[in-house]
Amino acid sequence: MASTLDTPVARRLRLVKHIIIVCSGKGGVGKSSVSAQLALSLHASTPHARVGILDVDLTGPSIPRMLGVNGHGVHQSSDGWVPVYADGRDARLACMSVGFLLKKKDDSVVWRGPKKNAMIRQFLSDVRWGELDYLVIDTPPGTSDEHLSLLEHMAPVHERLSAVIVTTPQAVALMDAIKCLSFTRTVNLPVLGVVENMSGYVCPCCGEISNVFSTGGGQEMARQESIPFLGSLPVDTELVTLLDAAEPEEAPDAVESGEAGQRSFELLQRYQKTPSAALFKNIVDAVVRTLPRVEERLS
Amino acid sequence: MLAVQAPVPVPNAINDVPENAPEHCPGTESELAGKSDACDGCANQEICASNTPKGPDPALPFIRERMSTVKRKILVLSGKGGVGKSTFTAQLGWAFASDEETQTGIMDVDICGPSIPTILGIASEQVHASSSGWSPVYVQDNLGVMSVGFMLPSAKDAVMWRGPKKNGIIAQFLKDVDWGVLDYLVIDTPPGTSDEHLSIVQFLKESGIDGAVVVTTPQEVALQDVRREIDFCRKVGIRVLGVVENMAGFVCPGCKTESQIFKPTTGGARRLAQDMGVEMLGSVPLDPRIGKSADYGVSFLDEYPDSPATTAYLDIIDRIKEILGDT
Repeated sequence: MASTLDTPVARRLRLVKHIIIVCSGKGGVGKSSVSAQLALSLHASTPHARVGILDVDLTGPSIPRMLGVNGHGVHQSSDGWVPVYADGRDARLACMSVGFLLKKKDDSVVWRGPKKNAMIRQFLSDVRWGELDYLVIDTPPGTSDEHLSLLEHMAPVHERLSAVIVTTPQAVALMDAIKCLSFTRTVNLPVLGVVENMSGYVCPCCGEISNVFSTGGGQEMARQESIPFLGSLPVDTELVTLLDAAEPEEAPDAVESGEAGQRSFELLQRYQKTPSAALFKNIVDAVVRTLPRVEERLS
Repeated sequence: MLAVQAPVPVPNAINDVPENAPEHCPGTESELAGKSDACDGCANQEICASNTPKGPDPALPFIRERMSTVKRKILVLSGKGGVGKSTFTAQLGWAFASDEETQTGIMDVDICGPSIPTILGIASEQVHASSSGWSPVYVQDNLGVMSVGFMLPSAKDAVMWRGPKKNGIIAQFLKDVDWGVLDYLVIDTPPGTSDEHLSIVQFLKESGIDGAVVVTTPQEVALQDVRREIDFCRKVGIRVLGVVENMAGFVCPGCKTESQIFKPTTGGARRLAQDMGVEMLGSVPLDPRIGKSADYGVSFLDEYPDSPATTAYLDIIDRIKEILGDT
């Protein structure tokens, strides 16, 4: 039906095989870190996988810092904006965020809906994504302008869309996650499953597991709502530190230099050493397994 | 392919050029609106030139009247989500209301993810309308609460609203809710710097906002959003009362060793406060019982008066009162 529509967004995303939207009603549950991990793990899943990551959290972009490409600028080519490649010269991990467009990294982006809508349209229609196996989209908290715009602009490629819901185990977050789920149902967006983040914390001193934000809530929610449960991730301080510090010193012009590529390559290697990476592998396997089934149902 | 080194222009954050405007539109609020060369041929040229739509929002006089009996208006902000804005707002409300003489109100302008009703244990309540307006839901005699959460048919339903509709409900919260005489109105906001924030600032411009408390967690990913939030406060002219660092340090219940879950890799909130020239109000350690209390809707301060987190909260609240000159 909608796939026959020919819009700039549809043309641009023609060569993108799967589009995964990462969302959660609540803020700070780890959408961006799950998106970043998803992108890194998909990138590592096969030696040739091409992955894109689009950050549509316009007023609080975190992806650039997490992928160690903070401070890079976007370049324009005759064929549209060139995304920033987190893995340097390999160019298999494309990244786009409003963070790259800010003059100063501490500038606030104070935009109302229509401007956010226009920016999202540009991200989808003006960025030279090229051929991608997966496009991971990190969203802001809530179910508002950004989400509605995203879905509207991607209507022509709807049969390739799916969503992952991130939550933490406590009731306050679950309530918002259920709201998010009801959103996906309203807009007919298939859900790949739920990831429970920050489930337990291992004391570095005595090894005792504390359920800082309680535990098991995500699994329970998946059961009640009969959607797949993808897995739970404990609080991983190594990962927090890695994603936090993954910032090369201010080097806006270092995009082309081999050094930048070297550093980001390092990021992937360092990521694979964290305890989360092993757990996340199962989540990615589940995602890859579920994708064809979900998409088949749509088309 | 060769990339051309042309930086992408970033539109000025607070201007008012409509999305469908012609190139070089001067903005609807500009002196040149409807008069500049770029306006020729724009469908809305006459509207802009005629000056009429620039009039103040008709809701403003009503808001001013309603807010004239509210002594202090405090915003709780944070660029990042899930850092404990709502939890802090609730503790602040409870702490103010612990004095029976102090009338306190809490307004939740997080439209898409209202958590205040759950945290205060009044999730199943509803708002009633009377001749003097909507009555807030009272947690105790001197603590009234208003949230979009009280108005939804089901807690499961998503609120899928775009900006203008959110602004509408915020204006209604300010003009149609029968707040009565209040000593403090604490306003909980959603993460980010967008419609809700701009609206609340605009609506309360005339009545004046006494200040904003900015909440953060220690890791850099949160701090970078908080810097943006402080930048926002400066742009719109809101006084920043100070920064509260939440989830700082965790004491293992097994071995009592303190460890940092969210490591302050870049110096944490203290360094941020220093760099941005704002006051550091205090750090609240991560206590799993805070989250539990929020889930069950009970006051953490009353339940666990001897927790280090309680002491930290109370010190911060005292300091806020001191800054406002209310002690």
